[in-house]
Amino acid sequence: MTVGEWVRNTSVYRSVIRHGVAPTNRNRSLIIFENLFLHVHPVKVREKTLRFTHTFWLGGITLASTIILVATGILLMFYYHPSVPQAYRDMKELQYVVDNGVFLRNLHRWSAHLMVFSAFLHMLRVFYHRAYRPPRQFNWVVGVVLLLLTLLLSYTGYLLPWDQLAFWGVSVGTNMAKQAPLIGERVRFFLLGGNIVSENALLRFYVLHCVVLPVALLLLISVHIWRVRKDGGVQGPPDDERRSP
Amino acid sequence: MPELEGMFGPEVEEEETLGRRDFFTQIGVGACAVVAVASGIVTLDYLEPKVLFEPSTTYVAGSPLDFAPGVVVPNQEKKAFVIGGANGIYALSAVCTHLGCITRYKSDESVIACPCHGSRFDLEGNVTHGPAPRPLPWLDVSQDANGNLVVDTGIVIARGKVFRP
Repeated sequence: MTVGEWVRNTSVYRSVIRHGVAPTNRNRSLIIFENLFLHVHPVKVREKTLRFTHTFWLGGITLASTIILVATGILLMFYYHPSVPQAYRDMKELQYVVDNGVFLRNLHRWSAHLMVFSAFLHMLRVFYHRAYRPPRQFNWVVGVVLLLLTLLLSYTGYLLPWDQLAFWGVSVGTNMAKQAPLIGERVRFFLLGGNIVSENALLRFYVLHCVVLPVALLLLISVHIWRVRKDGGVQGPPDDERRSP
Repeated sequence: MPELEGMFGPEVEEEETLGRRDFFTQIGVGACAVVAVASGIVTLDYLEPKVLFEPSTTYVAGSPLDFAPGVVVPNQEKKAFVIGGANGIYALSAVCTHLGCITRYKSDESVIACPCHGSRFDLEGNVTHGPAPRPLPWLDVSQDANGNLVVDTGIVIARGKVFRP
């Protein structure tokens, strides 16, 4: 009996993982749908849908950058205080003092750029492959909300370094919100937690950036990927591409 | 929920009367709705700050006698100009209406200019050169008990409304 076999026979292991290891189709299916995280995927996919040119893996790249952002973001939170003027000092400390701080900060920054960019390209890919059509029309709407959340995450993260770029970026952005008819002034007041971009605004943007928006994003990503399975798998280039006018 | 009625017993003949089950269902749904709306209102109220530790929007600009026609006194900290006009005294916001930079008064040319993107304003706040989309707002000017001018940068008043002591 090998160590692997012994582990697989323990009652603890068998209480967690119930399927066998024999290379049968049944076991391969059980691996997917007995796992909370994998079961949003289909048990079987067509081989051609896995090819790079089928989807250019753009949704996957966006998801991968999201996972990097969550991981690096949590690590950055260990050194960051959302207060004035400590926020700017913490950002500088991460850049110049903390071991690997500049690496994590830049990884977070570049992944954020990549996430926006790949989400946008993913949207174009879906559009040109006509994958927004029924039965996938609802998933397109989910995707639009995800794009909005991505942009809001980008924007709220922009304030956190508390440098000149952040301050004026948020001044301009919240002045845009003020131009909304009737509720604009109130929206700006609620976003900033006051009339000027100051400590309250920093704290609000921090909570939105680190809790509210990521939770909404991760929930909707789950729905988005699960709907891909429910709507019949990923839609690559339409088969009638050459014949269509 | 009419489609559920058949599931719990024989069809009720008189559709007008409200059954006990439906009555309590409606009471329950109604109570949940009231709680949901009330929670929303309470949360919104909670998110609105009641005390703001922001710098005061008012400042004392000095005696009205200091503002003969043509005198322009900027205040860097409060981002405003107090100007002696031909008909009286008025105050202008110094925040550029383009992207919010702080404008400067150029005494040699008698213009207010923005260092960021080159917007220019005349001494009444009108745009003489873009990209600023709107004129500089006029701010409230009043007099305190000692007769000094008090400017409130938080209150925008109608253009052309000068203060006469």
